[in-house]
Amino acid sequence: MNKLLLTVAKRLGLGLFTLLVISLIIFLAVDMLPGDIATEILGQMATPDAVAAIRAELGLNLPIHERYLDWLGGLVQGDLGNSLATDRPVASLIGDRLMNTLYLAGLAALISVPLALGLGVLAALYRNTLVDRVVSVSSLAAISMPEFFIAYVLILFISVQLGWLPSLSKVDADQPWLDRIQLMILPAITLTFVTCAHMMRMTRATIINLLSSPYIEMARLKGLGPWRVIVRHTLPNAWAPIVNVVVMNIAYLITGVVVVEVVFVYPGLGQLMVDSVAKRDLPVVQAASLIFAATYILFNLIADVVSIVSNPKLLHPK
Amino acid sequence: MTSNSDLDRQARVGLVSRRSFLKTAAAAGIVTAGAGALAMPAFGADTGSTPQRGGHFRLGLSRGSTTDGLDPAKYADVFMQSVGFAIHNYLIELTEDGELVGELAESWEPAPDASRWVFRIRKGVTFHDGKPLTAADVVASFNHHRGEHSQSAAKGIVDPIESIETDGTHTVIFNLTAPNADFPAITSDYHMAILPEKDGGVDFESGNGCGGYILKRLKPGVEAVVTRNPSYWKSDRAWFDKVTFLAVTDTAARTNALRTGQIDAMDRVDLKTVNLLKMDPNLTVNSVDSDQIYYFPMDTQAKPFNDNNVRLALKYAIDREDLVTRVLKGYGRIGNDHPIGGSYRYFADLPQRHYDPDKARHYLKKAGYDSLAVDLSTSSAVFTGAVDAAVLFKEHAAKAGININVRREPADGYWDNVWMKRPWSMSYSSPRVTEDWFFSQYYSADAAWNDTNWQNDRFNKLLVQARAELDQDKRAQMYAEMQRLIHDQGGSVAPAFSAYVSAARNNVGHGKIAVNRDMDGNRIAERWWFKG
Repeated sequence: MNKLLLTVAKRLGLGLFTLLVISLIIFLAVDMLPGDIATEILGQMATPDAVAAIRAELGLNLPIHERYLDWLGGLVQGDLGNSLATDRPVASLIGDRLMNTLYLAGLAALISVPLALGLGVLAALYRNTLVDRVVSVSSLAAISMPEFFIAYVLILFISVQLGWLPSLSKVDADQPWLDRIQLMILPAITLTFVTCAHMMRMTRATIINLLSSPYIEMARLKGLGPWRVIVRHTLPNAWAPIVNVVVMNIAYLITGVVVVEVVFVYPGLGQLMVDSVAKRDLPVVQAASLIFAATYILFNLIADVVSIVSNPKLLHPK
Repeated sequence: MTSNSDLDRQARVGLVSRRSFLKTAAAAGIVTAGAGALAMPAFGADTGSTPQRGGHFRLGLSRGSTTDGLDPAKYADVFMQSVGFAIHNYLIELTEDGELVGELAESWEPAPDASRWVFRIRKGVTFHDGKPLTAADVVASFNHHRGEHSQSAAKGIVDPIESIETDGTHTVIFNLTAPNADFPAITSDYHMAILPEKDGGVDFESGNGCGGYILKRLKPGVEAVVTRNPSYWKSDRAWFDKVTFLAVTDTAARTNALRTGQIDAMDRVDLKTVNLLKMDPNLTVNSVDSDQIYYFPMDTQAKPFNDNNVRLALKYAIDREDLVTRVLKGYGRIGNDHPIGGSYRYFADLPQRHYDPDKARHYLKKAGYDSLAVDLSTSSAVFTGAVDAAVLFKEHAAKAGININVRREPADGYWDNVWMKRPWSMSYSSPRVTEDWFFSQYYSADAAWNDTNWQNDRFNKLLVQARAELDQDKRAQMYAEMQRLIHDQGGSVAPAFSAYVSAARNNVGHGKIAVNRDMDGNRIAERWWFKG
């Protein structure tokens, strides 16, 4: 068990280093984009005087390494800085939106993970039958369609034609829980369509793979029923690869849903990130990308821990 | 009912046959003298309902961003502009009829000549927090845009102010560097909100203002919520109890929200699907013919555009009607190579320039070319359909022996890296209140946005003269000559004026819709109401 903690600590340290490298890359990349906050805010209305005044106030005239170290210094003290565009603290800009993103990712995961695993088991159990084909074809079809298309189709039928659910998902911290969930259903279903197939296929493939191993044959020969074989004997050995795919998809739900956010006008992190890149609002871009990067690092760590814990061979290496 | 201008538009884009057009037109009781009589589309129809108080108005707007802020010097687009006009008042209001009427200014006069303007500030007006409005607030609000360290997008239009002084608590005097008869107009600009003075500067962060609504919250890129100002000094404005401005960037999302009744009005209807939207009986599509111009500025100091014959050749090489029909789907009017449209006071009705490949060839020959190859930089950032417009132009010009190479530039950073940097690019401009304003910003030799790099001595002389002239007839003559100079020698092919096309649910009432800016001159929250 100590070994496991050591691994986790090592990985966390490495993760911090990765974050540092990522922040440097993002800083350089945004800096390399043509234009800066001054020209982007003023747009067509920019005059050289006004641009120069904004640059001077925001300290954009300083050399890039000074600006980076300045930002890093603040970060180490827990200060994400202020948005260049609105002068509000980045933490307050991101706070609400991060929670919104996490709620939506959570709801989507609550629907899609059990559904995908259930369908995967079902498909494996009835492999090469009609059930398997229907499940596979429909989930693959869903993942093949772009997110915005699924979203528009859902909106057309469920919002516009039937009027069951709203097409704008503008959630708000003041709303009662039930209202918020109602607003999040359509985006969550859209994301379920997008993420389900991947997890379902992985579950199916892993289980089918294991079903041909000798110990399963032994279990069958003992006279166990198919459900019991799968749930008690196969799944425990299948967790590692399945969890890997599941966490990857959850990480995607947190970091990659900007299209769904735009279509449903859901106030999440993705839109903030896009706007901030467009306006070269570096502190916000940095904060958002660090959150995204940390999400991937953490979820990868979780996947590895689960693989280790679920596999005695890895948990107690010789 | 399909309105007259609708039919005309559909006829132009070929959606109705001539026969069914005549049938419907006859049924609607329209007297026609051929399609020519229908050339000018009407303004948004007056709904005829009487205004009344109440209701929660939800407005879906296209251009909200998470980087929006409350500083009027940096209002970026229709979202913050509309919020600005809801929470703030201005010295002068530009009405839906294009008249300048006093808002926070009771009156104004040149004294003794147009280089010194005296504004009398309305008495008894208070800010939302109860602080009374005085001359000091007005001075601070204008100084916010002035000075060496100004970060304001409006710095250019306040540059001609040399100094501002007060006389008592309710008189403000603007001393200009040179006489300008049109000076009062700039005080109606959306940047020029009157803000409360605080510690020598202004307080814009709180959103405190003199407007008809009080800011409750602004979540940049999501929404702004305002409630009616109970002590608003205007009794016949700001009808809603509460207005929510929603940032809905995606056109389809806006359209769906309007159709499902989640919002009451939206801007920027998708022109490709507008005819489907019109089939919804609960909605009304409003199109107003603004003088927002779409144009192709050439650097008149760079080869080959430094030869006016080349410029004329290009002006004759574009089929304006085709452009309006195909790119604007009929929601616009053809332009005449100068930026002044019918809503301007001194609009000069010059003979319309039409597509004429032979004439284009003729001018090309005069410039010493048999054929010409030029690069045209464009981007989707300019306006919806800008790239299509460039490609269409290329097809038109090919018939005149001109080979336009369309360079598609990234939308990101277009205004910084392409416009005014490449010899030939594309741009658009919102109408200004006066000719002088537009010319000073875009055509005078030292203008910050002289995007054609045009140095015309006669024009520059006239511009200064007309500014100081108080006699209406003489001004009209001068502005007519200036329009002709731009039309004949200017560096822009200006083929079209676009319309502002918005949509609202049928229970929303409004008067005549202003043409100066989108969403009723950005004053939709102040001017519209719910029908009973």
